[in-house]
Order: sequence, then C-alpha cells, then structure tokens
Amino acid sequence: MYTQALNTAETDDRGLEDVAKAAQFQARIDAEERIEPNDWMPAAYRKTLTRQISQHAHSEIVGMLPEGNWITRAPTLRRKAALLAKVQDECGHGLYLYAAAETLGASREELVDAMLAGKAKYSSIFNYPTLTWADIGTIGWLVDGAAIMNQIPLCRCSYGPYARAMIRVCKEESFHQRQGYEIMVTLCRGSDEQKAMAQDALNRWWWPVLMMFGPPDAASQHSDASTKWKIKRFSNDELRQKFVDATVPQAQYLGLTIPDPGMTQDADGHWRYSEIDWTEFKQVLAGNGPCNRDRMAARRKAHGEGAWVREAAAAYAAKRARRQTAQAAE
Amino acid sequence: MATPNTPLWEVFIRSRNGLAHKHVGSLHASDATMALQAARDIYTRRGEGLSIWVVPSTAITASDPAEKGMMFEPAESKIYRHPTFYEVPDEVGHM
Repeated sequence: MYTQALNTAETDDRGLEDVAKAAQFQARIDAEERIEPNDWMPAAYRKTLTRQISQHAHSEIVGMLPEGNWITRAPTLRRKAALLAKVQDECGHGLYLYAAAETLGASREELVDAMLAGKAKYSSIFNYPTLTWADIGTIGWLVDGAAIMNQIPLCRCSYGPYARAMIRVCKEESFHQRQGYEIMVTLCRGSDEQKAMAQDALNRWWWPVLMMFGPPDAASQHSDASTKWKIKRFSNDELRQKFVDATVPQAQYLGLTIPDPGMTQDADGHWRYSEIDWTEFKQVLAGNGPCNRDRMAARRKAHGEGAWVREAAAAYAAKRARRQTAQAAE
Repeated sequence: MATPNTPLWEVFIRSRNGLAHKHVGSLHASDATMALQAARDIYTRRGEGLSIWVVPSTAITASDPAEKGMMFEPAESKIYRHPTFYEVPDEVGHM
C-alpha cells in the first residue's frame, strides 16, 4: 500500500542470532502478543519494519503535495477549510509514523535524508498529477479508501507502536474518505460538465489506485516473512479485491463508469477486474511517473528552506542549556 | 547532614497486550530501580499491568490547565475535521 511491498525480502538471519530467542519471539507473535520497542527482535524484523514504517511516513508527507495543489483554488470556503484540514492530517500521520519508526532505533534525520536522496521509496500514487477539482474528490474517495482498506489490518500488526499509530490514523481517515465522496456526489448531481469532470478523474485514477496495493501475489517478493511476523495479515490481491468490491457500488450510486469494460461480477458477488498494467507501475516506481521529479524537487526545496529553522531551534536550545548549567554552577 | 528530598516519579502502566502505557499516579523513590519496584508494589498489587514506565516528575513539561481555552482554541472551531460533518447518502452505506 503506502509501502507497496517494495521491500526486497530481508534474508532470514535468525541462524546467526540466538536460536532460542528467535523461537521465543516467533512464539510471542503466534500468540498474538505485541512486540514493543525494548523487546528482543530479530534484526530482519527490525529492518523490515523500519523500512515499511518510514516508507509509509514518506508517503503521507509526499501525499500532501498533490492535494496542496488545490488549496488555493478550492471552489468554496467550506471546501477549502476541509482540504486544508485534510492536508494537515496527512502531515500529522507522517509524524506519528516517523515517531513509530524511531522507536526501532532509526533517527528521523537519516530516514528523511534517505527519502530526499531517492534511496527510500514512497507510494507510486503520489506521482500522478491533480489536474481538476474532481481529482480532489477522487483522491479522498479512492486513494484514501484504498489506504483505509490497507491500514485497518495494520491496526493489528505485531509491532505495538505501528499498530497504535494506525489506530489513530484510521480514525482520522474516515473524514478524508467522506469529504472526497461528498465532493463526488456534488459534482455528479451538478451540470453535465461537472459530471464529465468527475468521470474523467475516475478514468485517470482508477488503475493507479489499484496499483497502490502492490504487485500481484504471484510476484510479491517479501510477503512470506511479513506474513509470518504478522506485519501483513492479508495479501495484496486479497486487499485489492476487497477494495474493488466495496468501490463498485459506490461508483454505481454516483452514476459513474469504472474504466474497465472487462469487469464482471462472479457468482460469489466479487467484481473481477481486468489485468493491471504492471509496466506502468514499475515505470512509476523507477522514477518515471508523471510527477516523480516534481515531487522530489518540492520535498528537497521545502527541506532546504526549513534548514534555518532547525538550526535556529537547535542554537536556542543549546543557549538555554548553557545558561542553565551556568546558573546551576552559581 | 540533612537527608536529601526523595524525588517524585510519574508511573505509567501498560494494562493489556498492545495498549499504550497510561499514567496511573506518582510515587517517591531515590532512584529509577527503586521507583520501578515501588511502582510494582504500589500500583500493580492486583495484576493491573504487563509493563511499567517510571519517569522523573521533573522531566515532564506540562501545559497550563488554566490556559486550556487558549491552548485548544484552534481545534474548537473546526467541526469540519470530523467525519460526521460530511454528508454521505444512506444508500451508499458505511464509509
């Protein structure tokens, strides 16, 4: 999802670690115990989680950019306030997640630097442009809808700080999806042009949203360890199918057509979608999506322009510490 | 020589698997190890916890409750941060 199974599998290095500890760790996982920061954990578990949680955090932060594009151009004050609140939430989610990653021993600075250097990934979905106001509705409805589908099982993931961060995030995401769907309802009840705008946005976002769930199970590299460690509770394809089944009736209510003429409903009621263009997914991940360079440039610019603030805060804290030491010595 | 004052510690307990530590109260102890043992004896006599944190009370920076109005005002006027502010037709079901 926001981490998209991009992780290459960590080699199982338990052979090098204390075998008894590793067995005890797996027994705790199997018993549905949560692993907490001070607990012993295999190095590969720590590394996998650090990568997954930090990628998730980067995605929240980069995810502010496509929506931020429309804050100044929202059609009404109500919509503008809502969009601003939503973008603020995405920032907050990024911060919960960075803090959860830091409980594993990584520093915020090194995580952020890895992203700015292009070494750490973020979700492919944020490399698509927001061309019209209907894109804002579609992002709330579909992108946040897909994120919720992925994040609800993460509320039960084996690592306590990540699971608790997800509980907070999920509570807040509900507003995001509803505000998006409300925009879509309004557009679809509007003029022909507005409805066409909504359809156009759905056409452009549908397939990239399905790609958010990551590669098909047959090609997914790292699911085994993550499943065994109960970081991942459903496979990419299972979550994708759940999402499609939930979304089709919502599109029908809007009177919009999902841009997949081959889609059929099977005997069990599941909506079977056509083959996804994984070449596009790989291209976007490789940095060749429509907005990859813009997004990275925007993040680097913001980080660079914030440097003086970080320096000033550190200098002020150091000055206060010196003063306190001096006063204590008197 | 006068006995130095014994420092105050704040006690946090994780009551169940997967939950965050929650503040339960304070206690006096000379050092962290004794604070942990005292916390166990004072606050978990009936198996209330799976794990305990103790934090020197002086390490806590708190907001002033008397200024809560000003402190939390920014959130008060923003009802649009809540899901119920948005209308989703009943036919669409839960979202």
